[in-house]
Amino acid sequence: MSITLSIIYLISTVTFVIGLKLLGHPETAKKGNLIAAMGMVLAIIGTLFLHDFEVPTINYVLIGAALVVGSILGWIIAMKVAMTKMPELVSLFNGFGGGSALLIGLVEFNKNVGLEDASKASAAIITTILAAIIIGSITFTGSLVAWAKLNGSMKDLRLPKYNLINNILFIALVAFASYIVLLNTDSYMLIYILLVASLIYGYLFVAPIGGADMPVVISLLNSLTGIAAAITGILYGNMVMLVGGILVGSAGLILTFVMCNAMNRSLSNVIFGAFGGDAESGAISGGKSGGTVKKTTASDSAILLNYANKVVIVPGYGLAVAQAQHVIHELELLLTKKGVDVSYAIHPVAGRMPGHMNVLLAESNVDYDKLIEMDDINPQFPNTDVVLVVGANDVVNPAAHNDPSSPIYGMPILDVENAKHIIVNKRSMNAGYAGIENELFFNQKTSMLFGDAKSALTELVSELKNM
Amino acid sequence: MNELLEFISSNLELIYILILAIFIGVELIKNVPSVLHTPLMSGANALSGVVIVGALLVMLQSKPDDYLALGLGFVAVVLGIINVVGGFAVTDRMLQMFKKKK
Repeated sequence: MSITLSIIYLISTVTFVIGLKLLGHPETAKKGNLIAAMGMVLAIIGTLFLHDFEVPTINYVLIGAALVVGSILGWIIAMKVAMTKMPELVSLFNGFGGGSALLIGLVEFNKNVGLEDASKASAAIITTILAAIIIGSITFTGSLVAWAKLNGSMKDLRLPKYNLINNILFIALVAFASYIVLLNTDSYMLIYILLVASLIYGYLFVAPIGGADMPVVISLLNSLTGIAAAITGILYGNMVMLVGGILVGSAGLILTFVMCNAMNRSLSNVIFGAFGGDAESGAISGGKSGGTVKKTTASDSAILLNYANKVVIVPGYGLAVAQAQHVIHELELLLTKKGVDVSYAIHPVAGRMPGHMNVLLAESNVDYDKLIEMDDINPQFPNTDVVLVVGANDVVNPAAHNDPSSPIYGMPILDVENAKHIIVNKRSMNAGYAGIENELFFNQKTSMLFGDAKSALTELVSELKNM
Repeated sequence: MNELLEFISSNLELIYILILAIFIGVELIKNVPSVLHTPLMSGANALSGVVIVGALLVMLQSKPDDYLALGLGFVAVVLGIINVVGGFAVTDRMLQMFKKKK
């Protein structure tokens, strides 16, 4: 390796560290992302042109074609996708990274073991290759399953005793890989068996995990892809791959734990608990469009809440924007003290990413038991006295049930219109993220509490305190 | 056992780097506010696309008539570069949104 290339890799590695660091702060995150991207471009260009061996022209042509095709595809996908689909996209990209690692593993097995003198390949090299294949395969199918589940094309799959099956399969995988290493074999058959078993394991590993926990799983898979990259880095003695991969691996792992902590759950609970889920909710129609909007004040809303038996809070992106998660918790505590039964209804895509609301509310120490998923809360709405919708819109839009022409038609929603009263806190009458009118706001049972979520809720809290 | 010790002694430098990198990764991420979790995840995901360097090496080093290596390498490069370009682009889009809505 030329010294120039080594220096370029060094610079890239440093940009990765700086990039990750800056990504961790709201003000600098964008810059961090750009810096890391520049480092990556540098590493790619350096790898392409600063090597010290002969490369046939045809290889260059093919590489060029692959880079152009992949870049255009990646760019188009990234630009076209809706913001709400972000986590599934991250998951898809992550799967591609894992797939790349697994293919490299296959080629290297071929090169090191298959064609040449088998005794040449040391146990260490074979172990590295096998690890790349196993981890790459698991992240590949695992991420694709996560992607399919998030975009709704795949349901949770829970085989009987799936935890036991998965654990046995994993142990068998490791044992089988060790056997291949000890055997020092050049058998392709064994490698293909290992490959298929790893792919199946990746599928079974993610299949039972519920929709709300997907961000945690994606983060974990992301960490694994980093580790796969690092392992291939060891194979080539390539520092930028090693350090870059390990950074992603450890950062991803910590992020996974932080997310679990924020949700007040353990990682094993997420993986083995098979919590959550995003099955379709029963369609109940109702509500009429048109008509006038009824405005309300903080004191009127406070009275309504004060004399309710059961209140359900529906948080949305507006809550996140206004950073009102602490005030809403205060409101909840106040009402609970007054003997009101308060819970939160969490739509799977409330906010802009799955789990957004869970994490946000957890940040202000809301008890996890109070966060109720859509399918469990929907049957409770008819017994609910007051629903307080804070900065949510599309996830409570009845058009999803009764307007086939609506772009969100068919999307499962929270059936808040079945409650006795609905208070909607919103900044203005603007349409939601999907850009659709919401007939809920014109419902006779609905009153609108206009204003920024934080100030409106603060006012509500002080009114309640005076009662 | 001997082989393991030998492996450790001949790769000591690598092991140092590995362990230090793990600590850096942990330290960098430990105190990130939860609002940034998804963009961070997405950014880290783009970084894991560094595996593309390996895919490029596969293609650069394979013989022009080694169709298996070239073919697998080709797919690996396409997948890797999608991960890289898409990952960084989408993170940027997401962060832009955070800024505007603030």
